Amino acid sequence: MGSTAYIARRLLYGVILLVGVLVLNFFLIHAAPGDPAQTIAGAMGGATAKMLAEIRTSYGLDKPLLTQLAIYLAHVAHGDLGTSYYFNQPVIGLIAARVGPTVLLVLAAQVFAITVGVAMGVFAARKPSGPLSAFIAVLSTIGYAAPVFWTGIMLIILFASIWPIFPVDGMTSARFAGGYFAYIGDVLYHLVLPAFTLAIIFLAQYSRLSRASMIDVLGADYVRTARAKGVSETKVVFKHALRNAVLPIITVAGIQFGNLISGALLVESVFNWPGMGRLAFDSVLRRDYPTLLGILFFAALMVIIANLLTDLSYRFADPRIRTGGR
Amino acid sequence: MKLTRREILGSAGALLIAPDIAFHAHAAEPQKGGTMVMGSTQVPRHLNPAVQSGIATAVPGTQIFASPLRYDADWKPHPYLAESWKIADDGLSCMLNLVKNAKFHDGKPVTSADVKFSIETIKAHHPFKTMFEPVTSVDTPDEYTAIIHLAHPHPALLLCMSGALCPIIPKHIFGDGQDIMNHPANTHPIGSGPFKLQEFKAGEQITLVKNPDFFIKGRPYLDKIVIRIVPDLSSVVLATENAQVDFLPFLAESQFIKRLEKAEGLGVTDKGYAAVGPINWLAFNCGKPPLDDKAVRQAIGYAVDRDFITKALLRGTAREQRSPIIESSPFFDAKIPPYDLDLNKANAMLDQAGHKKGADGMRFKLTVDYIPGGGEEQQGIAQYLKSQLKKIGIDIAVRASPDFPTWAKRISNYDFDLTMDEVYNWGDPVIGVHRTYLSSNIRKGVIWSNTQQYRNPKVDDLLNKAAVEMDAAKRKAFYDQFQMIVGDDLPIKWLNALPYHTAYDKRLGNIPESIWGSMQSMDEVYWKEKRS
Repeated sequence: MGSTAYIARRLLYGVILLVGVLVLNFFLIHAAPGDPAQTIAGAMGGATAKMLAEIRTSYGLDKPLLTQLAIYLAHVAHGDLGTSYYFNQPVIGLIAARVGPTVLLVLAAQVFAITVGVAMGVFAARKPSGPLSAFIAVLSTIGYAAPVFWTGIMLIILFASIWPIFPVDGMTSARFAGGYFAYIGDVLYHLVLPAFTLAIIFLAQYSRLSRASMIDVLGADYVRTARAKGVSETKVVFKHALRNAVLPIITVAGIQFGNLISGALLVESVFNWPGMGRLAFDSVLRRDYPTLLGILFFAALMVIIANLLTDLSYRFADPRIRTGGR
Repeated sequence: MKLTRREILGSAGALLIAPDIAFHAHAAEPQKGGTMVMGSTQVPRHLNPAVQSGIATAVPGTQIFASPLRYDADWKPHPYLAESWKIADDGLSCMLNLVKNAKFHDGKPVTSADVKFSIETIKAHHPFKTMFEPVTSVDTPDEYTAIIHLAHPHPALLLCMSGALCPIIPKHIFGDGQDIMNHPANTHPIGSGPFKLQEFKAGEQITLVKNPDFFIKGRPYLDKIVIRIVPDLSSVVLATENAQVDFLPFLAESQFIKRLEKAEGLGVTDKGYAAVGPINWLAFNCGKPPLDDKAVRQAIGYAVDRDFITKALLRGTAREQRSPIIESSPFFDAKIPPYDLDLNKANAMLDQAGHKKGADGMRFKLTVDYIPGGGEEQQGIAQYLKSQLKKIGIDIAVRASPDFPTWAKRISNYDFDLTMDEVYNWGDPVIGVHRTYLSSNIRKGVIWSNTQQYRNPKVDDLLNKAAVEMDAAKRKAFYDQFQMIVGDDLPIKWLNALPYHTAYDKRLGNIPESIWGSMQSMDEVYWKEKRS
C-alpha cells in the first residue's frame, strides 16, 4: 500500500474513532447520576422550579437524549463544541486557553523524563552490578510504583511547606509584573514541581528501559569490535551504543503519550496548573457535559495524532514496516 | 441593644449621612497603591450578582458594581449610590436620592433608570424571590430620584438594597434585549464600583483594577485586586502561609484556621460574616416515618451533642447554633429550647413513642446524607452521628453522594431520612429563613426550599406577618414565637454557625468587617507599607 493511501486510511480510522469517542463519552456522562441544572442552581444559591425548567430549556436538557446527541454531533461537525453549562462560554474558548499550559507541562515532563531517564540508564548499564545501578533501580521502582498525586503531595510538603522554595498555585505569580523574559522565568519557576511530578513515573520507565537496552547493546559484537580497535569508552558508549539503545525509548515515548495526558490531569489538579486536566476534573463534578466532552475530544485527538505520527515515522525509518515485512 | 440596631432597618424616617463616610477609624492616612491577592476556592460562573447568588460571584461582583446602600458592622445602613433615602410612613414606598457624580466604568452616568432596571431585573431573575417580590413598580421622577412602590410594607427592603443583593447594573448594556441570564456582559461586566474588571479567566483568576473615576473621592486605596481561584483548600492555605496570597476569606475548616492563626505575619478574624448567617444543621425528613413523629425528632435532638461538635470536632472554632435564626442576628431568641445532651431522656422518648429496642439493641435504621466536599462540617459530623445515635438504638448508615448534583437531587426529591446541610440566613429572615419553614415553599426538585416538608399553619401565619411588619419590636415578637414553635416541632436540629474566618496579611489595613465583609465594597482596604 502506498503512503498516501495509508495516511488516508489512518485519517479515516481516526475520524471514526473520534466519533466513537464522542458517542461513547456522551452516553457515559449522561449515565452518571446528577443534573447539571441542579449544579447551576446550587451555584446560584437555589432556584425555583420555574428557574430550573428555564435552565434545562436554555441548554436543551429537556430534549430526549438521542436528540441531544444528534444536535451535539451536528454542532461538532461544524466545528462548534457547544457552550459550557457552568461558565456559559464557548467550550472551544475554554479549551483553547488551557491547551497551552497542558502541552507545556506534558512536553516539559517528557523531555525531562527522556533525557534524565536515559542518562540514568546509561550510567547504570556501564556497571550493571554496581551500587549506582542498584540505587537507580530502587529509585526507578519507587518512582514507578508511587501514585502521581501522592508524589505531587509529597513534593508540595517538602518544597512548598517545610522548605518553601517553590510555588503551588498556578502557572504565574498573581502579582507578576515584568517583561517577556521575566514572564518566561516565572512560568518555568512554577513549572518545576508539576513537571518533575509528572516526569518521575516515566523517568522510571525510561531509565529501566534504557538500562536494559544499553546492557544488551554493550554486549553486541560491534561494540566489542569498537573496544578492540581502541576506541575510547566514552565514544563507545555515547556514539556507538547509545544511538542504537535509544531506539526503543523513542518507540515507548510515542506509545506513552496517552498516559502522559491522563497523568497531567492529576498533576494539574494537585498543583492548580491551569490546563485541561483541572478543567476536566471540575467539569465532571459540575456535570458540565459540553466542556467535558470537548476536553475528551481534544485529548483523543491529540493521542490519535501522536500515534499517527509515530506510525508514520516508523514507516519512513524502518523499510520493513513500509514493505509489509518482505 | 441589638434590637435598636435593627430598628434602623425598619425605620420609616429619613437618614442623611455624608456619602463618603468611612467605616473604619483611620489611625493614620492610608497608603495608596499596591496589589492585594485574594485566595478563593469558589469558582464563579460569572460576575453579575443581579442574577446569581453565592459567595463566588458576590465578592468580585461587589467590587465591580455599587449598590444603593451599604452596611457597617453594627447593622447600620450607610449611603452609597443613594446619598439619602426615605421610607413612607405607611411603609408602601421608598424614595432613593442618588449621588450625582456616579459613573459606570464606560463613562455613562448612573441614573434612576438604571436603579429601576436593576430592581426589576433582580426581581425577575434572582433566586432570592422574597427580596423584591413586594415591589409593584419603580418610578423615576428625575434622573437622580427613584421611588420604589410596594404591595405591602417590606421591613427587609433596605438590607435588600445593600451588598451583593442589589448591584446597580447599567441599563444601556444589560437592557439590550438579550437574555440576561446568559448575557455576554455577565463575564465582562461594567459597573460603577471601586474596581473595574481587567481580566476574567474562567475558573482561574479575576483581575480587578482601580476605578479612577469612582464616585467616592480618593478611593479605592488599592491599585489592584487579584482573586486567585484555587479549588484545593490546602493549596490556597499553603499559598497564604507563603505570602503568595494576602487575603483569604470564607475559611471554615478548623484545622486550617488553627494553622493560619499560628502563621507569622498573618491575622485571622471571624468578623465580617454577620449577615451571611451560615448555619450548619441536621435536617429531618418530616414526610417520612419514623421522622414524621415529633417525639422521634426531639429524641434525636437530645442525643446529638452540640457541645462536642463545636468544641471537639470543630476544635473550638465554631459557635453553637440552636435556632433557625443565626445567633448574631437581632431576631435570635435565646429562649428557644436548646436540646442539650440527654441520652436517658432520648431513650425514654423513643420507648414512649413505641420504638422499643430489638435483640440487637437497635430500634430502627436511618440514613444520613451530607453535602460532598463539605469537609468536617458535613461528612465529619455525619460520621459522628453514626456512633452517637447508636447510643439510643438508631442504626445509622452514612450515605455518600459522589457530587453536589447527586446530593441535591436526593434531598430535593425527598429521597432521604436525615441530611446534613448548610444554609445561609442572608441578613434578614425574610431572605434566608422563611424559605426553609413556609409550607408554601415545599417545592419538589428545588434544593434549599422546604425540603424537610415541614408544615405548621401557625408558623406560616407568623412568618407571613413578620414579613410585612415594619415595627421592629412587633416583628421580633413574631420571630420569637416562630422560634419557640419550630424549636418544639424540631424539623431541623441546628448545630453550629459555620466558623467562617478571614486570614489576612497583617500589613493590610481596614480589613472588611461589616456585616457583609468581603461581599461589600473593599475601597477602604489598604497596605500599611508599600507593596507592589
